[in-house]
Amino acid sequence: MTSIGTGYDLANSIFSPDGRNFQVEYAVKAVENGGTSIGIRCKDGVVLAVEKIVTSKLLKPGANKRIATVDRHLGVVYSGMVPDGRHFVDRARDESRSWRDTFKTPIPTADLANRMGSYLQAYTLYQSVRPFGITAIVGGFDSELELPVDGEVGSGPSCGAGGKDTSKKHGGPFLYMIEPSGLYWGYYGAATGKGRQAAKAELEKLDLSGEGISLEEAVKEAARIIYVAHDDSKDKEFELEMSWISGADGPTKGKHQEVPKALREEAERLARKAVADEDSDEEEEAKEGEKMEE
Amino acid sequence: MEFGTSGCLSEDGIHVDMDRLKKGEVNLGTSIMAVTFKDGVILGADSRTTTGAYIANRVTDKLTRVHDTIWCCRSGSAADTQAVADIVQYQLGLFAMMNGKPPTTQTAAAIFQEICYSNKDRLSAGLIIAGWDERHGGQVYSIPLGGSLHKQSYAIGGSGSTYIYGYCDANWREGMEEADAVKFVKGALAEAIKWDGSSGGVIRMVVLTAKGADRHLYLPDTDYQVRHN
Repeated sequence: MTSIGTGYDLANSIFSPDGRNFQVEYAVKAVENGGTSIGIRCKDGVVLAVEKIVTSKLLKPGANKRIATVDRHLGVVYSGMVPDGRHFVDRARDESRSWRDTFKTPIPTADLANRMGSYLQAYTLYQSVRPFGITAIVGGFDSELELPVDGEVGSGPSCGAGGKDTSKKHGGPFLYMIEPSGLYWGYYGAATGKGRQAAKAELEKLDLSGEGISLEEAVKEAARIIYVAHDDSKDKEFELEMSWISGADGPTKGKHQEVPKALREEAERLARKAVADEDSDEEEEAKEGEKMEE
Repeated sequence: MEFGTSGCLSEDGIHVDMDRLKKGEVNLGTSIMAVTFKDGVILGADSRTTTGAYIANRVTDKLTRVHDTIWCCRSGSAADTQAVADIVQYQLGLFAMMNGKPPTTQTAAAIFQEICYSNKDRLSAGLIIAGWDERHGGQVYSIPLGGSLHKQSYAIGGSGSTYIYGYCDANWREGMEEADAVKFVKGALAEAIKWDGSSGGVIRMVVLTAKGADRHLYLPDTDYQVRHN
């Protein structure tokens, strides 16, 4: 064995003396090099978006999807190592399937996040594995309606549910971000990958926790943020992929779906315009600055 | 598997649905029911347990708690239904701890159904699941022998239920007050006990509402008129 470094980064199951797990920190580095992913939780749904760097002109545009559907009402996007992300998605599908088998009802977004958080955490414990090189953003819409039990015979009586507490609301849009350590939190807006700093700054400007923005506004903001976070000078060309989930009375009827082409293109047009305006503003400011000096 | 013939209608003329029991198995030749009303649900049952013609227990409790406000009525094999209810009680307890909120009646019904369906060849269990939860209010699910799941506004079960289909159809109303619903359940079970040889003893009830579970007990010596508990 070569004696480079402290030796505390050679395995998952070893802490450094100051309480760090280097393998996990290296996994975070892998994430920081991936294309930017973001998620926005708005008042009537969730939007997921990802910046797909076009690594070759031979790749077919629009093919090679990066946002995955895990269950009818659940979507996942991730930054980092794509194969790790694919495995994450496979596992998430297994988890939501097994939840349905046991409880005969769709898995709540919070529970999926919990289970996937536990799964990722387990990959920080053992010699035989390495942590996931991804940070995943999980978006979902838990039904606000009363769903029948899967496999129930007939629709049952329309009457007879006495003593309901109608003052409380149930379900709604949810967004979680899960890191390689297994750490996860619920968010109003989440960003990860290369452009996360810029994206987070933009997300913070949106009023997501208060009044909230509409789903369609969120789609447009998501597109704009991915364009803003993209660094033209360093990065190659990119493609924008977006998906959304609304409630039963919204455009996707509670399902996780790709944003329709027309809306995505409109959002991209506005995004390009916004980015161009911002750039010219900066130029003008710079020119004015020069004038002042004269 | 060896099934006894004692307890069949052909032999002693008393029992009707015992042909699924194994030889010597304790039967809950029963009258059970659950109804929804304005504020929640009421479960009701007689208290007779038989082995063949012999009454093994005259004060049985066939209303079993699986969670604070989710209960079930058991009919069929006493051993089978107790075992199933125990498993579900454990599962719901775990569910509540893991999720930090109580399970819904649907969740309970789904777990019951999975067990009853996947073991349909080995179990003789006819169950009625009734519960109250914040989101759905009072609900009643019936799981008969094959393991199918039926959502109902009220459900009756057990051998005694055959005698009260007419009574229930004529007297059940949607959104009854609690007192009326108790009266309805009591009236129906009193008829079932009167006509069914394998039902008898006391009438037990559990009322499930936002306030929790409330037990009732009515004795035959006062003609089920006085509430004792």
